[in-house]
Amino acid sequence: MKALVPVKRVVDFNVKVRVKADQTGVDLANVKMSMNPFDEIAVEEAVRLKEAGTVSEIIAVSIGPEKAQDQIRQALAMGADRGILVKTEMDAESLAVAKILKAIAEEEKPDLVILGKQAIDDDRNQTGQMLAALLGWPQGTFASEVKKDGDKLLVTREIDGGLQTVSLSLPAIVTTDLRLNEPRYASLPNIMKAKKKPLDVKTAEDYGVDLTPRLEVLKVSEPPKRSAGIKVASVEELVEKLKNEAGVL
Amino acid sequence: MAILVIADHDNSSLSDATGKVVTAAAKLGGDIDVLIAGKGANGVADEAAKISGVRKVLLADDGALEKQLAEPMAALIADLAKDYDAVLAPASTSGKNFMPRVAALLDVMQISEIVAIESNDTFVRPIYAGNAIATVKSADAKKIITVRPTAFNAAELGGAANVETITPPALPNISEFVAEELTVSSRPELQSAKIVISGGRALGSSENFEKYIYPVADKLGAAIGASRAAVDAGYVPNDFQVGQTGKVVAPELYIAIGISGAIQHLAGMKDSKVIVAINKDEDAPIFSVADYGLVADLFTALPELENAL
Ligand SMILES: Cc1cc2nc3c(=O)[nH]c(=O)nc-3n(C[C@H](O)[C@H](O)[C@H](O)COP(=O)(O)OP(=O)(O)OC[C@H]3O[C@@H](n4cnc5c(N)ncnc54)[C@H](O)[C@@H]3O)c2cc1C
Ligand SMILES: Nc1ncnc2c1ncn2[C@@H]1O[C@H](COP(=O)(O)O)[C@@H](O)[C@H]1O
Repeated sequence: MKALVPVKRVVDFNVKVRVKADQTGVDLANVKMSMNPFDEIAVEEAVRLKEAGTVSEIIAVSIGPEKAQDQIRQALAMGADRGILVKTEMDAESLAVAKILKAIAEEEKPDLVILGKQAIDDDRNQTGQMLAALLGWPQGTFASEVKKDGDKLLVTREIDGGLQTVSLSLPAIVTTDLRLNEPRYASLPNIMKAKKKPLDVKTAEDYGVDLTPRLEVLKVSEPPKRSAGIKVASVEELVEKLKNEAGVL
Repeated sequence: MAILVIADHDNSSLSDATGKVVTAAAKLGGDIDVLIAGKGANGVADEAAKISGVRKVLLADDGALEKQLAEPMAALIADLAKDYDAVLAPASTSGKNFMPRVAALLDVMQISEIVAIESNDTFVRPIYAGNAIATVKSADAKKIITVRPTAFNAAELGGAANVETITPPALPNISEFVAEELTVSSRPELQSAKIVISGGRALGSSENFEKYIYPVADKLGAAIGASRAAVDAGYVPNDFQVGQTGKVVAPELYIAIGISGAIQHLAGMKDSKVIVAINKDEDAPIFSVADYGLVADLFTALPELENAL
């Protein structure tokens, strides 16, 4: 079966972003960009399914700027077979991303699309679910384990109370959680090989998708600052302060 | 404005996130109905009917809704949404699972995990692990919203709304519930506890969680949380993870033990009223948000704390 893996170019998880003074957004100039960590987990899972003989071909897709080629190349170096960059300078919203992915899915006919559960920049957690709705496919979100079971896919999900396992008919959508796997580092030879793998460049118009945002960002501001308190010298002092000063014990 | 709130429940009791979402809905202004979708959840519907400000409770009772799987839930809610201007659900793993599916069925861009409401089309939500706060205005005619429960107080109880049984439309059966493994605990629930004590990588093992964290938690009547590192290492179950991509908590008192304070962890706890950190590294970033910091080895400090309580 064929797998499609959408990968997003985002601010590296180690960067503490700063809000711009004019409150129009966060300052991304000279900031390290990476593949969204949950998408690395998605690529890794697809590659493992390929190594296990379950998946035959992996297509990595990114909707983003020219530079998002770097993230597609990383996916190719990890083991994806080819890439599609849907080039846009606009910050595409989840719904528009899902519509583009739907059009690609209709063209490529994958049996499985594995996405991250959440892009760590906008923290929206919705693209996979939206894509599932648009395609009318079942969804296994927040996956910590994925197993092929006959013509079904068994997905174990991280939920508020613990774990839940669902059985999905194929084709299906999976979104990854942190415990699904530990993504590999691409080896140097694989990074070299990835440079020769095919990468198509498209635009949103090619798929007939309108990128006009539905949510207008009126402003982006600093969160309320929490100031550091005091250091206490002992457990005894801590308990005394919590009782008499903070009043929480 | 007509507003539908999707209740979070397990067919036997209503989670307190629901009352908090009703408070958020009330800020939009309008008639608020609550949907209970499940199997044998009549008792839950009666509970929801007591939330002040609720006009009526819709009860959809169907085997296909028992586990609130995303596919049937979204089909039901998208159908009901015809009669509403806004649909709100808690940003629980359940709400996060079905709400975006509802949004896409209605061709709407969901507004995820809001923490404040400025007007009936303008909402406030954290982005970048809470390092920035975005104010967004929705151009969609219908608003599909998930609400961060810790940002709103629970609505009062004192209502007496009618419960109306509804018949769901044809529900898709492309997915099937197989099993669940729920964490059983006699301790308070993490997201509603007044006190939370969390452990990090420094605990080193699940035995150490049991030996050092659990007794203090029990003395305090606290819920237990953890950093991602502690969960990944298998010291505690996944549903203990506090943070950007885990649970968001805002208790009266949050105690971080052997947790460095990565931005992803801070995103899940920095709205706690009082924060205590115990860490042996005096430069640990967690101290930058702690009201009370103790530089100490947890393996000596925690037994002392247990005795002092
Ligand atoms: C996509 C993504 C999502 C993430 N989501 C989350 C999330 O939701 N929640 C989350 O928590 N993390 C999350 N993380 C991980 C986060 O970046 C950190 O790696 C993690 O929080 C670190 O956990 P820790 O503080 O327990 O471990 P460490 O950073 O290793 O810190 C251990 C601390 O213990 C102290 N210590 C060691 N020994 C002792 C002792 N004997 N006594 C006292 N103190 C001691 C050390 O000084 C250190 O400060 C995420 C990361 C990514 C990439
Ligand atoms: N611009 C994009 N390009 C490729 N994949 C994306 C893009 N935006 C979102 N995704 C995918 O959708 C997942 C969830 O994103 P979100 O719903 O925005 O939090 C990500 O982890 C990616 O797998």
